Amino acid sequence: MAEISFDEQVDITDKVCPLTFVKAKVSLEELDEGQILAIRMNDGEPVQNVPRSIKEEGHQILKLEDNEDGTYTLYVKKVGD
Amino acid sequence: MAGTIDYAALKKGGFMRQKQKGYFSLRLQVVGGNLTAENIKTVSEVAEKYGHGYVHMTSRQGIEIPFIRFEDIEEVRAELAKGGVNPGVCGPRVRTVTACQGSDVCPSGCIDTYGLAKDLNEHYFGRELPHKFKFGVTGCQNNCLKAEENDLGIKGGMEVTCDHDACIHCNVCVKACREGALSVQDGQIAIDRDKCNFCGRCVKSCPVDAWHGESGYIVSFGGLFGNHIYKGETLLPIIKDKETLFRVADAAIGFFEDFANPGERFRLTLQRVGEEEFRKRIQEAYNG
Ligand code: HEM
Ligand code: SF4
Ligand code: SF4
Ligand code: SF4
Repeated sequence: MAEISFDEQVDITDKVCPLTFVKAKVSLEELDEGQILAIRMNDGEPVQNVPRSIKEEGHQILKLEDNEDGTYTLYVKKVGD
Repeated sequence: MAGTIDYAALKKGGFMRQKQKGYFSLRLQVVGGNLTAENIKTVSEVAEKYGHGYVHMTSRQGIEIPFIRFEDIEEVRAELAKGGVNPGVCGPRVRTVTACQGSDVCPSGCIDTYGLAKDLNEHYFGRELPHKFKFGVTGCQNNCLKAEENDLGIKGGMEVTCDHDACIHCNVCVKACREGALSVQDGQIAIDRDKCNFCGRCVKSCPVDAWHGESGYIVSFGGLFGNHIYKGETLLPIIKDKETLFRVADAAIGFFEDFANPGERFRLTLQRVGEEEFRKRIQEAYNG
C-alpha cells in the first residue's frame, strides 16, 4: 500500500487515555490548516477512541494503518486554525 | 392519632414511614433524572423548613426528603406543587421512569432518552399493578442507566448500513467496533450481523459518514435487582418506532396484570407461568 505523505508526526503510545487524545490534540494545534499529522497509537482503547474524538474536533481523517507491531498510525488532515 | 393513619395511601403518595414514629421520608418524582433549578430550590426550602435540612438521593435517580412530620404532610405537598415538584410513588405500581442523558447531551447516545422517559412516565406512572414495576431508559450500549435491572429496560441502538461508494477505506470503523463485527473483505468493509450489537460506534467514528444508523430500542424484560437478582432478557429484535415500543410495553404490563399474583415481581411471574405465553403476546404486539 502506498505510504501517505505527512508533515508532522507524533507518538502517543507513551500516554494512556485521555492523555492520548490531549497529546494528539496539542500536536494538531501546532499544525497549519491542510497539513497532515501522522499519529502513532496503541491498539485497544486508543485506536477505538482517538479517531472518533479527532473527528468530533472537526479534523479530517484520511487513514488508519496497522503497523503490525501492536500499534496503528492515524493520518489526519488539520481543518480550521 | 396513629390509629387513623392510612399508611397505604401515604405510601402511594410517596410518603414512606420512617423508623422514627410520626416521621415520613417523602419520595419525589424525578423523571429521567432531570430537575429544574427552580425544582431544586423548592426541594431545598422544604427540606430546611419541614425536614432536617438534607435530602437523600435514591438509587433510581429519586430524591427523598426525610423527617417530614405527619401533621405537615398537606402543607409540604402544597409547597412542593408550587415549585413544580411532584411526589413519587411507592408500593405496587409503576415507578418513576429513569433515564441517562442520552442523545440530547451525550456524544454516545443513540436515542432521546429523556423524551422517551417523559412519554413513558406520562403513559404509565402510578399505574396500579400486582407489584412494583420499573422502567429504565439508557441511550446506548455503554448502559450508564443499567437497563437490564428494570422490569422493562430500554437501550438505544442503531441498525447500521455502510454506503460502500462513500467509504474512503480508512479502516477506522474496523477498529472502533468492539464486537469484532467489521472486517475488510475484497477491499470492502463487511459486517457480521451476528456479532453486531447495534452500538453505533462505526457510525460515530466514520470520518466521511459512510455509515448510516437507524436508531431503535433494544428492550429487556424481567430484570430484578433486590433480594434476588436477574438480568432482564431481550426477547425481540431491535424496535424502530415508538408506536411499536408502546404496543410491546402495553403487552408486557398487560401480561403482568393478567397473570401475576399479588406481591409477585414480573420475573417471578414469567418463571411461574412460563415464558412461552409471554413471548407469544409480545411477538404479536411487535408484529402489530
Ligand atoms: C491525570 C492527569 C490528567 C488528566 C486525567 C487530564 C485530562 C484532561 C482532559 C480530559 C482534557 C480535556 C480534553 C478535551 O476534551 O479537550 C485535558 C485537557 C488538557 N490538559 Fe490535561 N489532564 C491531566 C493532566 C495534565 C497535565 C499534567 C497537563 C500539562 C502539563 C495537561 C495539559 C492539558 C492541556 C494543555 C489541555 C488542553 C487541551 C485542549 O483542549 O486544548 N493535562 N486534560
Ligand atoms: S448510556 Fe450511552 S447515551 Fe447514556 S449516558 Fe451512557 S454513554 Fe451516554
Ligand atoms: S454498530 Fe457497533 S457492533 Fe455493530 S458494526 Fe457498528 S461498531 Fe460494530
Ligand atoms: S470508517 Fe467509514 S470511511 Fe473508514 S473504512 Fe469505515 S466506512 Fe469506510
